[in-house]
Amino acid sequence: MDNTCFHCGDYCGNNIINFQDKSFCCNGCKTVFEIFNENDLTCYYDLQNSPGAIPKEIEGKYDFLSQENIIEKLTEFRSEITEITTLYIPHIHCSSCIWILENLNKLNPNISDSQVNFGKKTVRVTYNSANTSLKAVVLLLSAIGYEPYISLNDFKSGKKDINRTLIYKLGVAGFGFGNIMFLSFPEYFEVNEFWLEQYTPLFRWLMFALSLPVVFYAAQDYFISAVKGLKAKILNIDVPIALGISVLFIRSTIEIIFDLGSGFFDSLAGLVFFLLIGKFFQQKTYEFLSFERDYKSYFPIAVTKIDREGNENSIQVYDIEKGDRILIRNEELIPIDGLLINGSAKIDYSFVTGESQTVSKQCGDTLFAGGKQTSGVIELEALKSVEQSYLTQLWSNDVFNKNKEEGFTTLTNAISKHFTITLLAIAFIATTFWLFTDASKAMNVFTAVLIIACPCAIALSAPFTFGNMLRIFGKLKFYVKNASVIEQLAQINTVIFDKTGTLTSNKSSYAEYDGHVLSDTESVVLKNSLRGSNHPLSRTLYNILEEHNIITLDTFEEHIGKGIEAKHDAINLKIGSASFVGKVEEGSVLNTTVHVSSNHIYKGKFTFYNRYRKGVSKLFNQLKHQFDLVILSGDNEGERDNLKKLLPTKTKLIFNQKPEDKLEFIKRHQSKGAKILMIGDGLNDAGALAQSNVGIAISEDVNVFSPACDAILDASKFDQLYQFIRASKSAVKIIKWSFVLSFIYNVIGLYFAVTGQLEPVVAAILMPLSSISIVVFTTLATTILGRRIPSQPTQREESKRESPILNPSLREGPQKVPI
Amino acid sequence: MGVIYILLTVSVIIGVAFFIVFLMAVKSGQYDDSYTPSVRMLFEDEIVKEQTKPSTDTKTD
Repeated sequence: MDNTCFHCGDYCGNNIINFQDKSFCCNGCKTVFEIFNENDLTCYYDLQNSPGAIPKEIEGKYDFLSQENIIEKLTEFRSEITEITTLYIPHIHCSSCIWILENLNKLNPNISDSQVNFGKKTVRVTYNSANTSLKAVVLLLSAIGYEPYISLNDFKSGKKDINRTLIYKLGVAGFGFGNIMFLSFPEYFEVNEFWLEQYTPLFRWLMFALSLPVVFYAAQDYFISAVKGLKAKILNIDVPIALGISVLFIRSTIEIIFDLGSGFFDSLAGLVFFLLIGKFFQQKTYEFLSFERDYKSYFPIAVTKIDREGNENSIQVYDIEKGDRILIRNEELIPIDGLLINGSAKIDYSFVTGESQTVSKQCGDTLFAGGKQTSGVIELEALKSVEQSYLTQLWSNDVFNKNKEEGFTTLTNAISKHFTITLLAIAFIATTFWLFTDASKAMNVFTAVLIIACPCAIALSAPFTFGNMLRIFGKLKFYVKNASVIEQLAQINTVIFDKTGTLTSNKSSYAEYDGHVLSDTESVVLKNSLRGSNHPLSRTLYNILEEHNIITLDTFEEHIGKGIEAKHDAINLKIGSASFVGKVEEGSVLNTTVHVSSNHIYKGKFTFYNRYRKGVSKLFNQLKHQFDLVILSGDNEGERDNLKKLLPTKTKLIFNQKPEDKLEFIKRHQSKGAKILMIGDGLNDAGALAQSNVGIAISEDVNVFSPACDAILDASKFDQLYQFIRASKSAVKIIKWSFVLSFIYNVIGLYFAVTGQLEPVVAAILMPLSSISIVVFTTLATTILGRRIPSQPTQREESKRESPILNPSLREGPQKVPI
Repeated sequence: MGVIYILLTVSVIIGVAFFIVFLMAVKSGQYDDSYTPSVRMLFEDEIVKEQTKPSTDTKTD
């Protein structure tokens, strides 16, 4: 029987729990199985093997959900007996999840309906609020391993509007296009049948009627954008498009009024339809990812406040005032800067800095917002309100209100300027020529040039190329916000990296031993005493040291904040800080160290170093030929020598950078003309990511943790960054080639137009043909390009398999943020 | 040949009817989530199977 948990799939290790012939890694998993078993929901395990998650300790965590004002914000509908809420659940990942969450009513009969949106990882629950409550629903979800993620971000709005206008417009254009084509058929084939001839005006006026919504509703964005462009004195691509559409519509209308011909309504509707398809295709969104996160997505919605009488109350985070006493439980996030007044704090600042090593704090120390408490309960006195805290102040910088897309001229718009001028020149020259040869045809030629040269193919090149590229990147776990990011990525000349959490992996570090060699028995005792300790450093060290026999220690004592003392036979081992083992600390120590003494004789120390991601060195060597490389780290210089060894010599290393410093550094270099790609991970990089031309967030778990950025790169694909940049450059090349292709079509079309022989049927064939061939060309070319990006097996999967065995504290993964 | 009026009217009415149905579908949110329904559709059967099996068990108990 394999030794993995039936519920969550983790390796069970030694403490295997057997229940009904199934093995479980912990009591939590077993309990969830029992719940499902009792309620005939074991089908959960049939759909997918081991789909579950370990339920977490949540005692007291959701007390704030009984507060009226918070329920009000979290529900989208409220009446006496019914409430509807939508909860975000990061764990949703497979069909089993959908199945179990849509069968919640079997676990709680007061839940009348629950519906999963897999893409957004949300579940919309309708429940009877007279008999159950929001808190009960959340507790139920948590109990079965689907803990919802409720953050301060959910507090701002009750209902989010979904923008569906593009689908409506696409529908309108498609409807118009199909029906107009259908009505044009008799004219295409010039059926000179008497009866059909007789009804020609009726057919034409029907086409006119159908084209009205297409022009005035579906195509309105092009007119708006063209007018905006002209006001700003920019000839963007929408100017010739809007011109083409208006000319098509006006000329066609005049033609049918004066019975000159059938007009170009079919081409008109087709043009709008194809353009909208391009827009739709480009709009690839990763609904479960958010590129706009700020600190609000990480901060809890409410915390526990202790009033003067010692009562505990939930309080909304925005209502915390200076001087309030706040209770922070284990695994909760600290939302404000505060003074530690009770309890021993071990703060994990990985959300802020990417550094996974916890920091110990004593009473009287100041704690900064953004850290996560990892051991026991602490009490804080608030020093500032939420908005004024050290970390959150960063968001008052203007850079967060700036739209990066403005001020960036896309390739399409750049070419559109020349295109529009050339087009108008040709139109006027041809018209002048015809005015002298055959004045009756002059107007005809003028409009024909504008119609046939309408840059539909040009306008489609970029959306289809980048749209397809977005999808290919997404499959390779590089999630890009929108098409213009790919274009900007192709123009980068400087790459800046954050160190901690970006170049180094969050999860592993390694230690080097320095000092007298430990005897075999000492090593055994050392390993065994570390085994009993839950301190993160002990866990790391335990994982690094060789396997030894398990022995029973005579005595074992853990001195919190100092170290471990263990005794076995004649060996008395002390492991911990320098002062604890009786060693005088020498000079300033930059790296984390653990000292060891045996029988009161100092032996040596383990120095912890960051573990760099696989392929860092290779990546830098690939990048160094084309880009300036900089490392901007918030840390001290402890790793300078290590980095120097690892990276190409021309890499600039800058340490001790505060979040604002990083932002200013980038601003300064941009003003000198640098196009900067910033790669970071923590909230402290948020400013830099926003200021840079392209900001990429590295994330171990793309579902939850990433600051606002332009793209999210899965940590396992870090070493392929260069391939992604290269692919972006190739994508721009593809667009240039498709421009060439569409110019050829334009030349052919212009020949018909300038010579005054543009028939509606020629336009109806040429325009869709050029659009479709551009779509086929760009799609094929990008797909071939995507194949060339190698997808290597990822290191992350290996570490995933290992982590539960070696380090139980890693099991939960980084995604579960306390509320 | 006046029948062409009837044909045209019918075709336009059908076209418009489908168009209205499309608008209603968009409005009801059918296009908001294009993935989950495809999964939901597949395990509908298994729920029924799973429900009937245990219930017969409990009856015999």
